[in-house]
Amino acid sequence: MKQIKTIAVKEFTDYFISPIAYIVISIFLIVTGWFFFSTFFMYGRADLRDFFGMLPITFSFIIPAITMRLFSEEKNVGSYETLLTMPVSFTDIALGKFFAATLFSASLLLPTLSYPLFISFIGEMDPGPAIGGYIGAVFLAAAYCSLGLFASSLTRNQIIAFIIGCAMCFTLTIIDKLLFFMPTKIISVIQYIGADSHFMNIAKGVIDSRDILYFVSVIFIFIFSTYIVMHEKN
Amino acid sequence: MIEVQKLTKYYDDFCAVNGISMTIRKGEILGLLGPNGAGKTTTLRMLTGYFRPSSGSIKIKGLNMPEDAIKIKSLIGYLPESAPLYHNMLVYDYLDYIARIKGINDKEKRFDRFLQLSDLCGLSSIMSKPISNLSKGLKQRVGLAHAMMTDPEILILDEPTSGLDPNQIAEIRDIIKTIGKEKTIIFSTHILSEAEATCDRIAIINKGRVVADDTTERLKHDVAQGAVIQLTLANAHAEQAREKLMDIRQDIHILELEPAEEGTVSFEISSPDNHDLRSDIYLKIKETDWIILQLAKESQALEKIFRELTREDV
Repeated sequence: MKQIKTIAVKEFTDYFISPIAYIVISIFLIVTGWFFFSTFFMYGRADLRDFFGMLPITFSFIIPAITMRLFSEEKNVGSYETLLTMPVSFTDIALGKFFAATLFSASLLLPTLSYPLFISFIGEMDPGPAIGGYIGAVFLAAAYCSLGLFASSLTRNQIIAFIIGCAMCFTLTIIDKLLFFMPTKIISVIQYIGADSHFMNIAKGVIDSRDILYFVSVIFIFIFSTYIVMHEKN
Repeated sequence: MIEVQKLTKYYDDFCAVNGISMTIRKGEILGLLGPNGAGKTTTLRMLTGYFRPSSGSIKIKGLNMPEDAIKIKSLIGYLPESAPLYHNMLVYDYLDYIARIKGINDKEKRFDRFLQLSDLCGLSSIMSKPISNLSKGLKQRVGLAHAMMTDPEILILDEPTSGLDPNQIAEIRDIIKTIGKEKTIIFSTHILSEAEATCDRIAIINKGRVVADDTTERLKHDVAQGAVIQLTLANAHAEQAREKLMDIRQDIHILELEPAEEGTVSFEISSPDNHDLRSDIYLKIKETDWIILQLAKESQALEKIFRELTREDV
């Protein structure tokens, strides 16, 4: 437990030592800020629905950029060998890195808390969906982090890790919008697999155990897969 | 202390380590010698639990490798080849991180240990520098401090002196000798003089097999007498000198070398039965008015074994 924390703290501070944190945060804020506020005043609705609506797509490109270095960089520099020969288990390493990435993704959302604050000044805002939206966003980010972590464990090349991560997150985001291509028998399964609908459920302010269970399962499956990759590759 | 049985590692079809068995006793300094690509690093990586062996067993202090990996890892301090560190960290932060991971949770204890290590490895002046700015020798020292963080019983060092300048090599060697008094140390190298200077015992590896494994003294002794004698004379004529030397025994082999200085002659002399000829040569030359500038037994004992054992066709 202690070691998970040590690794997580180290990885988290690593983000802020290198310029990567500041670049990713700025890009995220520019993209979401522009797309949200460019149409915000046209509709005249005092809510964050549009902001949360495009979060899954934005995240599927931003989060792999955060997670790509977790394993790939260490493998490339060789410090992976140092890490693996210290008395820590694979699970500790995978979880430590996962928590660091999730925490960083959550801190990415921190500046956007000014949006609901600002909106509540100019209109009557229902706090339920906003709170639900942020809780859902953290779950979504955590799920995508586990995907990105897995992608990073596959290769020593950060760019490949990024591309694999994007592909996986993007697929999970849009798969339930492609239902008309699918055979009718598996539609309900595909619908369940899509991350977008689960996230939007929570973002409506309805925290359903099924949606939470979905995100927890995705996180578990991909951290476990990372563990298997680590185990098989040595 | 360490028991290795029939350790084998395949990379796909390529057999990197082929059935290595050896026992390493407590307090021994073992030098793992071999040409590049002989399987030294792979062997060490299996001992430290970074690689899983394809077959064979590793037992360290009665613990089995894959099952008790975490316990074993806490007994071993490991310095990988070319000391890969986190380049974006400061030396102090790095050591602090390592100490925390290795379970030194008490702040005071960590600090005390840093002071000891910075004395031992000479880190005091670089504690607040970023690792990326350090020279290779300094990085190696930080790596050594990392390996010794928890004062482990076993130290495994993979080519600790490769790529360092002669001063740095001497420094690292001194550190190894100092800590080797109480610890079990395994280190790999392809520099023979280094193994000779620091190790109690040498294992030579070639193509994934142990081809020699004995104390340094005994390995040297086996071939020591076969050494070649270098003789340089002044004031002498080459042909006369050759005749004089042949008087000692008819079957010795004399090779005339290019003289290093003007007015001297140089020979390389060896006998087929490995007899040490130095005293005979001296007595013979004493009869003449020639001057001996050099009479030395070339100490290439280990080099000779090494070259013989690691030839391509063996």
